[in-house]
Order: sequence, then C-alpha cells, then structure tokens
Amino acid sequence: MDIRQLYQDVIVDHNRSPRNFRRPETIDRVAEGFNPLCGDKLHVYLSVTDGKITDVSFKGSGCAISIASASMMTEALLGMDESEAEALFSDVHRMLTESGFAVDPAKLGKLASLASVREYPTRVKCASLCWHTLMAALMNTGAELALVSTE
Amino acid sequence: MNKPQLARQKDASDFASIRADFPVLEQQIHGCPLAYLDSAASAQRPRQVIDAVADYYRHDHANVHRGVHTLSQRATEAYEGARESLRRFINAASTKEIIFTRGTTEAINLVTQAFARSTLKPGDEILITWMEHHSNIVPWQLVCEQTGAVLKVAPINDKGELELDAWKKLLGNKTRVAAFGHISNALGTINPVHELCAEARRRGIATVIDGAQALPHIGVDVRSIDCDFYALSGHKMYGPTGIGVLYGREEMLQRMPPWQGGGEMILAVNFEKTVYNELPHKFEAGTPNIAGAIGLGAAVAYLENIGMERIAAHGYELMRMASTALSAVPGLRLIGTAENKTALVSFVVDGVHPHDLGTIADHHGVAIRTGHHCAMPVMERFGLPATARASFGIYNTEAEIDQLVAAVGHAKEVLG
Repeated sequence: MDIRQLYQDVIVDHNRSPRNFRRPETIDRVAEGFNPLCGDKLHVYLSVTDGKITDVSFKGSGCAISIASASMMTEALLGMDESEAEALFSDVHRMLTESGFAVDPAKLGKLASLASVREYPTRVKCASLCWHTLMAALMNTGAELALVSTE
Repeated sequence: MNKPQLARQKDASDFASIRADFPVLEQQIHGCPLAYLDSAASAQRPRQVIDAVADYYRHDHANVHRGVHTLSQRATEAYEGARESLRRFINAASTKEIIFTRGTTEAINLVTQAFARSTLKPGDEILITWMEHHSNIVPWQLVCEQTGAVLKVAPINDKGELELDAWKKLLGNKTRVAAFGHISNALGTINPVHELCAEARRRGIATVIDGAQALPHIGVDVRSIDCDFYALSGHKMYGPTGIGVLYGREEMLQRMPPWQGGGEMILAVNFEKTVYNELPHKFEAGTPNIAGAIGLGAAVAYLENIGMERIAAHGYELMRMASTALSAVPGLRLIGTAENKTALVSFVVDGVHPHDLGTIADHHGVAIRTGHHCAMPVMERFGLPATARASFGIYNTEAEIDQLVAAVGHAKEVLG
C-alpha cells in the first residue's frame, strides 16, 4: 500500500493546521485522553446547549493521525445532538476496526479519509483516542475531569 | 592504501559474513530490504542460537538436577554449561553468582524483593538516576512502599549524561543502595560504572547495575566494575527471550533469603522446616528456562568468537556515522549527545511526530522504535512526548543508515 493512502492530503492538512485547536474560556464538559504506548495526550472540550453541541474544541499533542482525527472530529460534531454524536462515534469506530465495514462518504465526509488506518493495527488507537475522549466528555456533566486511556 | 584502512575493510567484510548468520534479516518489508534498527528493544538471533535451542529440544531435553537417566544428565550438563559460559563472559568469580532469571526486569525485582526488602528500614534511601528504564525505577518504588525507604533521583544534563557531582552529593548517610544503568536505552549514554561503584563501595552502599543494553555492545567485567549486582537480558544480546541473569556477589547472595519458593530451590522439605538449596539454586525455584539458558550460552559463545572489542568498535562506528548523517538533515535534533555513548541514536524531527516517522520508515523497510522507550522520565527531562530511536547490532551496515536517512527525508516530504 502507498503511504499516501494513509497520509492523504486532507490528513496532512488537518495535522498542519488543526481546526478548533483551543481551550475554551469556560469549560462545560471536558475529558482527557492518553495513549501510554506513544505518549499522545489530548483534552476534548464540549459545550452542550438544549441537547445540541454548540462548541467543540481540543488541545494536546500527538501524531498526524491523532491530530487530524481530532481536528476533523470537531468539525463534524458541531451542531449535532448527543445521539447523532454517538452514532458518528459508532460509525468511525467500525470504520477503524471492522475490515468489512463499508464506508459511506455521504455520512462520514472527510472522516472517510481515516479508513486506511484500519490497515495499520498499531495506529488504530492514534485515530480513535479523540473519539473515546469525546464519549467520556459527552457523559461528563460534572466538574471533574474524566480520564480515558487506550491501554 | 595504508594498513589501517585495509584492516577496516577486512573487518567490514567479516561483518558481512556475520550478517549472513541471521536468517530473519533475509527478507523484504514493503518491497524494501529489511533494515532492522531496533536491536535495543530486542536483537535478532543468529542460526547458531536458533540451532542450539532446536538441537536441545530434538535430542537432549529432560528436567534438570532431577533424574539419573541419560537425558536428564545431558540437560543438566548443558544448562550448567551455559551458566559457566555466562560466568566467564562477565568474569564472575563463581557460577554460584550466576542466577538465571526471566530477564533484566526479573533480576532487578529479585534484588529489590530478596535483598532490599529484607534490609531496608523506614527513612533509608535508594539512589537511582533520571535516565533509568522503567524496570530500574518501578521495582524500587514498590520496595519503598513495602519498607518505608525513600527513592532519590540523580539528575542528568542536557547531553543526557549523569551529573556526577550531584549524584555524589545525593549519596548520604541514609543511602543504602545505588542503582543505575550501564548504558541508557533511550539516550545511548555509557555511565562511568567503575567510578560510581568505587564511590559507593567507599561508603558501604550496595550497587545494582542494569546491564541490559551493555552486554550486546561492550565487554563487561563485573569484578573490575566491582558492583554488588548486575542484571542482564538474553534477548538483547542475540539470545532467546525469557532468559536473563542476575549476577550477585556471593557474599550478598548468601545473606539474602529466597524470594520464590518451590522445587529446585530446596534441599529438604518437611512441614516443620525446609532447608534451602545452595547457591545459585536457592534463587531458581521451579523448572527453569533450560532451553533459554542453553540458547543464551550459545549467544555468549557466538559473541566471544567475534570478540567484544570488534563488536564495540562496530557499534560505536555505526552510532557515529548515524549521528553525522542524521545531523545533516534540516530540522532534525539528536536527543542524547553524551561524550561517552554507543550503538544508538535518539532523535526528533520538526513537524514529524515520531509515530508517523515510524510508520513511514517501515514503508522503507526500516524498523525503528518510536515512543518513550520505557523511560518516561527521560522524555519529561527533554520536554518531549516521544522520540524516534535507531539502534544498532552486529549485523547492521552503513547502507542501512542511508536507508534510514532516506526514510526520514520522505517522512518530511509526506508530512511537510
């Protein structure tokens, strides 16, 4: 497989200039994700108003796959309600882990560019870390920081 | 052409024949010849080691120290023969001082649980260094929790060298143990173990050396170093996985209680009292890794046959060539630039995360380690989440360094 299948232009672009890469001034929901294998660490911040995600951002350090995945995730989530976000998590998770899963570009948009990560089993956690962190943040309505580890 | 050059050329061709001893290297990865630059994580095995293990299973296997039948005698002779090979290799005074373990990690845990746990009092201090592998940190933390002892950490400088003056200052009246690596797995730094052990000896402090990265690269003489304990792993030195050695000075080992109970480590058992076996068997409960020990013995014979001086020169030369070649790459920074260093290079590249570099290098057939190298405090010291590390073995070549440099260039191109 050509390495460009993994590092597509859209991934390289989101790694170079991550979108919504910031810590909000007031924090509604937050979780921290950590991948002990490679040291990737990120925070996902969410604002949920009347059941809809009105703001989503992230901050942290990681490889191109993890930064691009988080960046594209924040773009996709804005305006979704919680059940839509959970459905998107489920689709992305299946895309990253199920070899037979048919990627629907209409549903996944840019995120479909992460489909090749499936061919690199050691890298799946890089792409999925922010998504697991998102799920923890969604459920974290208290003031405490929720912690997620991929190990 | 003058004589030294001729000598070098001859040695290069000899090392090419060494490479041919390693069947695993004869393969392509992603259509490129495999450049295995991850020997610090685990080295490959020559066919001499593979054959020794296979021959043992084919012809000689039985349990050791138990039967009177022929196979048991053969297995026992081969197993104890391997112990003698290890004794000779590190110049221990006696085979009583060579305890077979699962590896360096278990060897250090044996020291912490059998020696430190039985002797340390609350407030006693253990001194380690900032460059230790987790296996020379966590066992000490555990024994601190068990005994109330306190863990002290000596700093390293920006080159990744131990700060000797600070280390000496941290050796205090309460210090009971000083533990340090011989060669750092994350930085390649060679510690001045003779000097450290001499200083500790003057103050009556026990010394424990993590030698996992040293044995494959430099000759080790435990009596010249004058340490109390020295731990090593078979798989780093071209032997099997799951086998290693704890060297302990006999006087120390005699005083220590056993750390695991079972068969092999006893002379007589009844329900009132058990009499423990003599050294080294006192510390080898259960049926040991017989094939592993025999394979490790074969690895020692293989290394002795090449000669540790030549091996040391080869590892140093590859490190030096890789450092020069990588330093010329714009945006690349070497992590760990100790004056006394060997056999590996750790580095980071602007705009390229080590993990991405590892995947792209693999597409060039280049196997490198990326991450924290089980030395998270080292990463913290340099303010990095991870580095890329290329580490060298006796089979590596200058051409493979070129292959690595090309892969780094391509990674910059892909992600730039």
